[in-house]
Amino acid sequence: MEIVYEYVKKRSEFGRPCNFSDRASDLHLDIQPDAELAACFFSLDSRDVGMQCAADMSENEVNTVRIESESRGINHTEGGWPNNVNPQEIEHTMRFRKKVEKDENYIKAILKLGIQMEHSIKQNNAIDIYQEYFGEGEEEEEEMADAKEQPAAKTINVFRDPNEVKRTASSLSWHPDGNHKLAVAYSSLEFQRASKSMNFDSYIWDIENRNWPDLTLKPVSPLVSLEYNPKDSHILLGGSYNGQIAYWDTRKGGQPVEMSAIEHSHRDPAYKVIWLQSKTGTDAFSTSTDGQVLWWDIRNMNEPTERLVLDPSKKENLDNALTAVCLEFETTMPTKFMVGTEQGLVISCNRKAKTPAEKIVCTYSSHQGPIYALQRNPFFPKYFLTVADWTARIWSEDIKESSIMSTTFDMTYLMDGCWSPVRPAVFFTAKKDGTVDVWDFLFKQNDPTLTVKVCDEALCSLRVQSNGRLLACGSHVGTATLLEISPGLYTLQRNEKALANEMFERETRREKILEGRLREMRLKERSRSEPGKEEEAQDLEGEESPEELIARAEKDFFQIVEAEMKKWKNETEKQKGKDVSEQKKC
Amino acid sequence: MAEVEETLKRIQSQKGVQGIIIINSEGIPIKSTLDNSSTVQYAGLLHQLVMKTRSTVRDLDPQNDLTFLRVRSKKNEIMIAPDKDYFLIVIQNPSE
Repeated sequence: MEIVYEYVKKRSEFGRPCNFSDRASDLHLDIQPDAELAACFFSLDSRDVGMQCAADMSENEVNTVRIESESRGINHTEGGWPNNVNPQEIEHTMRFRKKVEKDENYIKAILKLGIQMEHSIKQNNAIDIYQEYFGEGEEEEEEMADAKEQPAAKTINVFRDPNEVKRTASSLSWHPDGNHKLAVAYSSLEFQRASKSMNFDSYIWDIENRNWPDLTLKPVSPLVSLEYNPKDSHILLGGSYNGQIAYWDTRKGGQPVEMSAIEHSHRDPAYKVIWLQSKTGTDAFSTSTDGQVLWWDIRNMNEPTERLVLDPSKKENLDNALTAVCLEFETTMPTKFMVGTEQGLVISCNRKAKTPAEKIVCTYSSHQGPIYALQRNPFFPKYFLTVADWTARIWSEDIKESSIMSTTFDMTYLMDGCWSPVRPAVFFTAKKDGTVDVWDFLFKQNDPTLTVKVCDEALCSLRVQSNGRLLACGSHVGTATLLEISPGLYTLQRNEKALANEMFERETRREKILEGRLREMRLKERSRSEPGKEEEAQDLEGEESPEELIARAEKDFFQIVEAEMKKWKNETEKQKGKDVSEQKKC
Repeated sequence: MAEVEETLKRIQSQKGVQGIIIINSEGIPIKSTLDNSSTVQYAGLLHQLVMKTRSTVRDLDPQNDLTFLRVRSKKNEIMIAPDKDYFLIVIQNPSE
């Protein structure tokens, strides 16, 4: 339907001045509603429409694609020679050079440049223009700056598990020399949670390159623990999820050189393997939650050289055995080693004992949960650190009842910890909420000196590099993060060793005194109940069975309740009596 | 020609001077007191460096131009005097 309206103006009237006047409105066209069309629509009575007098905006997230960079060098071989000169032919090049030397420009240029150059050379010879004046003052300033500096940690690099199905980074090991490589063992530690498509590989990362691993280790079953041989940096030993121990040579590639025979290996995941100090550098020992500690010589992996069952009753009974989760071995004390168990006990053992019964020397118990980390202080081997449940504790070897120092109970579970190799009173702990705590016991004992949130998932392993500066932590989804800590936390202060030693000794003495007092009190109690000792003996003989114990507990309880009720009744009666007497008075 | 030789000899006789190289604008070493392989290496690397430095200076201020370049390292100092067509490079061990 076309609606057209024509305005007509005479040609002779063009250009005339306009004279505006009002008039009534004129209806030109009236379009009536078409009832048929109305049937195609239905009316919506009430609508909720937002109106805004502002521009429409939308929110979008943008993230750059992670670029993969590679370092490459360029080698400049000879070039730049003009076409007619063949750089290989000495004659050509000599001729070319002679020609240039005869050029006038050349002579002028060299003379001019020569003057400039001589000036600079003489300047260099006269005085060292980059010499540091005020050198001493700067040093003092630096020291002051360090002292005031806040402890901090910076993430340097993050290594992600390249596989689709993420596994936990269960163990980390630094390369023994150079510290530029990190071996990370990946496995799924949750019970029966490992999916079929999970990759078994573990990787060795070069810390400069986070895009792909340096070397892939391909075990038969995922590795739970992994250690570099401190003597030979090409050899790595891994404990796997199915209990076997395997060793790799990085020169030979990703397949294990040899694996232990499955009949003689552990029956549970081999949670910790440690290399031993020996002449051949091929000895190691491993432990697992099946309650055994096995010694191996990697040259012959068919069966372990020695075996120890962690049975506290010393009867070599596997059923009674305590299940071990971590091991500790210090090269300065080659005959002793310690085992941390799932039951919360630390067992100190002697390797050279003749009979298996004598192997277990003593136990330290204080933790409520499995002991995830156990390490002697690198400066004072008499003291060791245990990390378990919600605390980290420092123990002295002589005191078996309790730890000499302990951190406060934390909100989350502590998963791993280690001493700093450069400062005697500093240690690190990794927690289940993804934070790393740095504790400096000389400075502050109630709180960590530094808390760093590394990631959102739980951190399962932690390892400090031997220079104390870099810290690697592995998380639940397989991300290994490298942190660099501020210089204040890895430079040894002047008296630190002596102060730390004093502190430890003081705490040890305190514990000894407390122990002594406890013993005294116990003795007193015993001596008090001495006359009733015979009756006690009789009672004790009829050692109560659980039912009798329950019955006795019930009886005691009801007696107490009745006594309280009687007391309460008496009191209310007294109150009533008082009120009555008061009323009477009034 | 003789003056060039004289200049170079004078420079060479200064204390601590380890070597002199003259390269042209293409990076070809014209004259050198070092052995061939070192010469070629220095020529290639320093030529690129001077080009980059010069273009940097000119980019920052088109009126400006590079007059001298000193690269001081732990072991020695490399001094480069650039000209329109040629560069004079001297490696000196500053007296410590």
